[in-house]
Amino acid sequence: MKTGPATVSNGQIVRPNRPDEDADAPSTDLTLHKGTRASIPVPDGKEAKISTEDLRAYFGKTRVLHGINLAVVKGAVTAIIGPSGCGKSTYLRCLNRMHEITPGARVEGRILLDDQDIHGAWIDPVLVRRRVGMVFQKPNPFPTMSTRDNVLAGLRLNGLRATDFEAIVERRLRQVALWDEVKDSLHRSGASLSGGQQQRLCIARALALEPEVILMDEPCSALDPIATAHVEELIHELKESYTIVIVTHNMQQAGRVADYTAFFYMGVLIEFDRTDVIFTQPKESRTEDYITGRFG
Amino acid sequence: MDSYQYRRTRDLSIRAACVAAVAVAIVPLALVLTYVTIQGISGLNWSFFTQLPKPVGETGGGMANAIFGTLEIVGLASAIGVPIGIFAGIYLAEFGNNRLGKTVRFAADVMSGVPSITVGLFVYGIIVLRTRQFSAWAGAVALAVLMLPTVTRTSEELLRLVPDALREAALGLGVSRWRATLRIVLRTAAPGIATGVMLAVARVAGETAPLLFTAFGNRFWATSINQPTASLPVQIYTYAVSPYDDWHQQAWTAALVLVVLVLLLNVSARWVLRQRVRTS
Repeated sequence: MKTGPATVSNGQIVRPNRPDEDADAPSTDLTLHKGTRASIPVPDGKEAKISTEDLRAYFGKTRVLHGINLAVVKGAVTAIIGPSGCGKSTYLRCLNRMHEITPGARVEGRILLDDQDIHGAWIDPVLVRRRVGMVFQKPNPFPTMSTRDNVLAGLRLNGLRATDFEAIVERRLRQVALWDEVKDSLHRSGASLSGGQQQRLCIARALALEPEVILMDEPCSALDPIATAHVEELIHELKESYTIVIVTHNMQQAGRVADYTAFFYMGVLIEFDRTDVIFTQPKESRTEDYITGRFG
Repeated sequence: MDSYQYRRTRDLSIRAACVAAVAVAIVPLALVLTYVTIQGISGLNWSFFTQLPKPVGETGGGMANAIFGTLEIVGLASAIGVPIGIFAGIYLAEFGNNRLGKTVRFAADVMSGVPSITVGLFVYGIIVLRTRQFSAWAGAVALAVLMLPTVTRTSEELLRLVPDALREAALGLGVSRWRATLRIVLRTAAPGIATGVMLAVARVAGETAPLLFTAFGNRFWATSINQPTASLPVQIYTYAVSPYDDWHQQAWTAALVLVVLVLLLNVSARWVLRQRVRTS
C-alpha cells in the first residue's frame, strides 16, 4: 500500500491519505505492519532502515524536537552531532521508544522501522527495543551479574531459550574484542571490569539479542582515548551487519566513524548529508560555524 | 583568620563531643546486655530448652513451648508482612509519584508511630473476637502489621538508591517493566532490603504488648496455629510480675535467650545473603 510522496507547504508536511487504520490492524507479529511507506528522501538513493516524519518530542509541555524528518540509512553509521540540549539524545531515545519512559514525555509524528510505524496501536514497545538495541553514555553492566551473565542478560530476562549459552557468550565477547581479556574471569562481577571493558560488555549484551539497529548515546564520552579507539574500531566492524546511529559530542569521532552525519540545533535538524560533505562543504552556515568551533 | 591553635582546639572539642555522644549511646546497650547475661546465665540449662513450664511450686521446667512459639509467630508474621511490605515498597519507589503513592507513604509513616498495644487491640477486635479464639496467627497478624511500615519504607528507600541507568539498561534490552523491576532493580537492592527486613523482624520479635491479647500465651504445647500460643516476651512478662523467685530467674534466662535468638537470626540472615551474592 503506497502513499504518495509528502509535500512540504509552509514548513508543514502534508501527507496524502495516510492509511493509519490499516497500519493498526490487530496482530501480535511485529513484521506484519507494512502498509505505510516512508516518504523521507534517503541520501544516495539507498534504503532507509528508520525514517522519522515530522517527529516532535515533548517533556510535559516543553517541545524539544520540532518536526524532525530524517532517514537512517540501512547498514551504515549515522552520527548525530550538535551542541548540548539540541535534542540529539532525545531523538535517539525516540527511535526505540525509550523517550516515553520518562514521566510526562511523549512523541508526535511518525517513526517508521522498515516502513512500519513503531507507534502503531498493536506494537509492543518492548519488542521494538529488542529490534532496536541501545548502548548508553555511561557503561551500565548489571552489578549483580557476572560478566557471562551480563552478556546473556537480555536473552535470559526475556525468557528466550538458546541451545548453547556458552557459545553465545564467547561469540559476542569475541565480537567486541573482549574475549581474550575476560575469558578467565567470566564469573567475576561485570562491575569489576575497567570502564572501556564495561562499555564493550554492554555492547556485547546488546548484540546478544541480535538487534537490527544499535543506538549509541555518546558511547565513548566516559572512556579514555585508548578505550575510545577500541569502541570506534568495533563500530566499523559492526556496520557490516547492523544499522548504527550514534550521538556524539566529539566531531572528530563523527568524522572517523560515521557515513552520514546529521547536525541538530535547538531541536531542529539543520543539515543531514554524507559525513564528508557535512565536514568539508556544509550548505548551512550554522553547520559550518559549529564544526569549525565558532559556537557550541 | 583563626590561629592554628584555635582551629585545633575547636576541632578537638567537637570530636570529643561526638565521642561522648557515642559513649552515651553505647553504654546503656552494653549494660543491658551484660546485666541480662549475668542474671540469666545461671538459669541456663538443657531442660530450659526442652521442657514445658512446671506448675507453681515445682522447681525446674523450661520454656520450650515459648521459644518455639516465638519462632512460629515471628516466622508467620514475616511470611505475611515481608512480601506485602516489599511489594508496597516497590510500588512506592517505581510507580508511587502520584497521589495514591503519597497517601500510602503518609499512612506508612503514621503507622510506624502507632503504639504496638493499639495494634494488638485492633487485631483482638478484628480476629480474636470473631474467631472467639486467641491464636498464633492472630499474634502473627499483629506483628505483621507492626512490621509493615518499616519494611515498606526501607524497601522504598533502598529501591530508590538503585541507579536509573540500570532500569534503562534493562528496558533498552527489550525487557518488560515488571521483569526489569523484579529481576534487576529488586535484585540490586536485595542486600539492603534484607538488612531492613532483619531489623523489622528483630524489632517485632521482642514485642510483648501486641501478643498479650492475640497469641495470649499457653503453659502447654499448642497443637495448631489456631490455639493460644506461648511466646518468650509474654512469658517473660508473666514470670517477671509473678511473686516467685524461681520464676524471676526463669524470666531473666528467657530474656537472655530472646536476645541471643534475635542476634543469631540477624547474623545468620546476613551470612546467608552474603553467600548468595557471592555465588551468583
